[in-house]
Amino acid sequence: MSGKHLIVLNVNGEEHELLVEPRWTLLDVLRHQVELTGTHVGCEHGVCGACTILLDEEPARACLMFAVQAEGYAIRTVESLGTPAEPSDLQQEFSARHGLQCGFCTPGFLMLAEGFLAQQPAPSREEIREAVSANLCRCTGYQTIVDAIEATARRRADRPDPEPEAVR
Amino acid sequence: MNAEFDGRRGRWIGAPVRRREDPRLVTGRGRFLDDIHLPGLLHAGFVRATVAHGRLREIDLTAVREVEGVVAAYSADDLELGDIVALLERPPEEFTPTTMPILARDKVRFVGEPVAIVVAKDPYAVEDGIEAARVHYDVLDAVVTEEAALAPDAPLVHEEAASNVLLDVTSFDTPGVDEAFEDSDCVIELVTTSARQNALPLETRGAIASWDDRDEQLLVQTCTQVPHQVRTVVARSMRVPEQSVRVTVPDMGGGFGQKCVVGREEVAVAAAAKRLGRPVKWIEDRRDALTAGFLAREQRYRTRAAFTAEGRLIALDADIVCDMGAYSCYPFTVGIEPLMAAAEMPSVYRIPAYRVRARAITSTKAPTAPYRGVSRPQYVMVMERIMDLAGRRLGLDPVEIRRRNLITEFPYHGVNNVTYDPGSYLESLELGEKILRDEGWYELREQAAAEGRHIGIGYSCFSERTGYGSEAFAKRKMSVVPGFDLSEIRMDLTGSVVVTSGTMNHGQSHETTFAQLVAERLGIDIAKVKLRQGDTERIPYGWGTFASRSVTIGGSAVATAATRLGEQLCVIAAHLLGTRVENVELDGDGGVIRLDDPAQRMTFEELADVAYLRSHLLPKETPPTLTATAAFDVPGDGTFSNATHAVVVEADPGTGGVRILRYACVEDCGVVINPQVVDGQARGGIAQGIAGALFEEVGYAENGEPSAASFIDYLVPTAAEIPDISVDHLETPCAFTESGAKGAGEGGTIGAPAAVLNAVNDLLWHTGVQLESTPIHPESVLTALTGADRTEKAGTPV
Repeated sequence: MSGKHLIVLNVNGEEHELLVEPRWTLLDVLRHQVELTGTHVGCEHGVCGACTILLDEEPARACLMFAVQAEGYAIRTVESLGTPAEPSDLQQEFSARHGLQCGFCTPGFLMLAEGFLAQQPAPSREEIREAVSANLCRCTGYQTIVDAIEATARRRADRPDPEPEAVR
Repeated sequence: MNAEFDGRRGRWIGAPVRRREDPRLVTGRGRFLDDIHLPGLLHAGFVRATVAHGRLREIDLTAVREVEGVVAAYSADDLELGDIVALLERPPEEFTPTTMPILARDKVRFVGEPVAIVVAKDPYAVEDGIEAARVHYDVLDAVVTEEAALAPDAPLVHEEAASNVLLDVTSFDTPGVDEAFEDSDCVIELVTTSARQNALPLETRGAIASWDDRDEQLLVQTCTQVPHQVRTVVARSMRVPEQSVRVTVPDMGGGFGQKCVVGREEVAVAAAAKRLGRPVKWIEDRRDALTAGFLAREQRYRTRAAFTAEGRLIALDADIVCDMGAYSCYPFTVGIEPLMAAAEMPSVYRIPAYRVRARAITSTKAPTAPYRGVSRPQYVMVMERIMDLAGRRLGLDPVEIRRRNLITEFPYHGVNNVTYDPGSYLESLELGEKILRDEGWYELREQAAAEGRHIGIGYSCFSERTGYGSEAFAKRKMSVVPGFDLSEIRMDLTGSVVVTSGTMNHGQSHETTFAQLVAERLGIDIAKVKLRQGDTERIPYGWGTFASRSVTIGGSAVATAATRLGEQLCVIAAHLLGTRVENVELDGDGGVIRLDDPAQRMTFEELADVAYLRSHLLPKETPPTLTATAAFDVPGDGTFSNATHAVVVEADPGTGGVRILRYACVEDCGVVINPQVVDGQARGGIAQGIAGALFEEVGYAENGEPSAASFIDYLVPTAAEIPDISVDHLETPCAFTESGAKGAGEGGTIGAPAAVLNAVNDLLWHTGVQLESTPIHPESVLTALTGADRTEKAGTPV
């Protein structure tokens, strides 16, 4: 099963030269070779969406692709969005609306939402709910995830939106 | 300072403080188990049984060891570990102890049971190695159904037991049960069942073990809700002192009870790491998680309830059978579901006479563990069905019959020998009904019926024991009795504190709510509070997180420790200010003031400077440094949160699919420390309850093959199935806890199946068919609506 390939992956704007087995998934290579562990392993069969990343700005499942297939794409992971000191607007809204509890599915939802909002900047709540149904969350019951994405869309469109109650 | 703190809202308690966990979790900087990498790390996986029941004739790992990348492969004989034993202190006629080997020995008892551990240089080589294993079985008959388990000639799952019944208790048989049935005007007979479910944390189970030669200590990093209990089992099984094992827990991607028992894989990984002298990581894959992770909830209730003509419940007689699968989990045993059900079944209602028999049967299915709610979703479903059915029979609407039976005077001592602390049982029901009435759902139901649409309204009322102290658990006769918790608080030179808790956050926002408790008590900003959990070397001891105990018990320990630290600060300040301690108090802003001269103030930093750097200035009996510890246990029968769920559903006449149109939750968990967090717990819990009501089910074929090995077969609801949920709070402060809070973790899951089932049966009432099993299959609804099959009748004539 050996016979490794040298590939170049463009991740978050940075090029990584990597020696990979053809059977290694993009998910495993991002987590363990590129050492960006924000993208999570939930089911490895494309259902839960914890591994959602952006491939040329389109949401994709990193568990359903081999790393060798990802050459030539611009890959974005959750680490591209913001930092604890400077979270992105979407990350801020997830926090403000309590759109996460254990936080394990959160990177997948963030990348799903990031890709979705790029394509659909002014979605209805129902459209958001439908888009969000691509991923699984076991903690929140989804409502606050929908709230967070809706608030981000409004914020990006500079439309008024009641501030969440949370303080600090 | 806050010696008489009564839970009233202050600066921090009650505020929707933004979560302190979030900055790392939303930026991908959380550190979950699989994110941890160690130098020289090896990976592990398990050869798992492919048959449900069979004698192990031969385990041939020769080919495994030859696979490229494989470093080692061990069976039970290679590792020679002690078994996991979970006991109850009950006589042999009530309980039969069984053991769970770390790896199957002699026999396998469910598909997915670990038979051997394979260690390799990467996870792909692990899979190659597992494939190369050759295990030969003499296949025995699977035991899949209750009937098969209880048959006189049933194959024994555990030969050391005389039958497949491992627990058989008649917990209550009060005087007057038979007389009440004779005197009653209405008897409801009901058989309900609920399917086996997976708690399904999105992060699967896992462990990383590494042996430190210098420290002669094994470090086990694992995603568990109960780190100290994992340490105990690992040490026992490996026959080493507990000081030789350290268990730590990183960020956790959910648990919901599945991770509050000790997994045998955690022990096997520890043993493999010790033997190899290299770190070994095991991350469960989803297939293993679905088929071999701990499951829950497969129960059958045969119930009779006697009512007077006025709709008063006068007796309840229940026979409960829980299919606990192949093994007793540690520390709770197979008693976890049946004993919970038997003790708590009277729920929120006054019941004068009660008889209950509860059994745990063993079967050749994956073992069970507690899952959010533990039996309460099931018996609440029974009680709430009984109320609706009796109401229909007696001409009382669902709210009225509940009103006539709800406990309204507190403290109430129930027929189940449990004293309920005050709650808002009736108030929550009335508010739930008001919400639906004010929003016009009753009118809509009538209009819809006229238009041929199928809309139903359902309620469930319930309470939930949250502060299970050791006294309450001891009533169960467990030989390992959880209950208390400990906290240690230390203030540093900057006036910031580190506080520990033996509870274990896996999504419930402990870092935030516990900090709120400490900030409130000490009068400091939450930014100055850091919580430590999940490390058996740093945390003196603890029982972890389950049974909604974190804030009630762990939070009370934390608050008490903070209070003691505050007292210590006052003693030092009084001494330095030259006054009596009664003449100073915390000023709520990081300092201590003189009451008779508030201008005389010492900051915490100034006091810490003396406590650490100039201890010669301390009063004589005051120890140097600023630390305090506290233990907390809820006395008596504990605390009870309560709620009413009010639900409107519509059934699709074409598919039988059920859609939730409105979900209102009115909950009372005492003093709300952080409303956003409580709302989140309620909504997330309700989503899991709806999952149980409508979707999730692990079935088994006759030969014991599980039906759900992937998310293609195991239907986890998405955002398309879970509606927006309103949460209203009532607050009945709890007298037993330091903050007045009760627990809030499980209630949503408890109330949802009953409310949804009642709503579906409401829309089906005109068909003459009532459904009494969860999940509610669309085909059952469709069959009822189309009248194609009227055999599945309610237990009573309608």
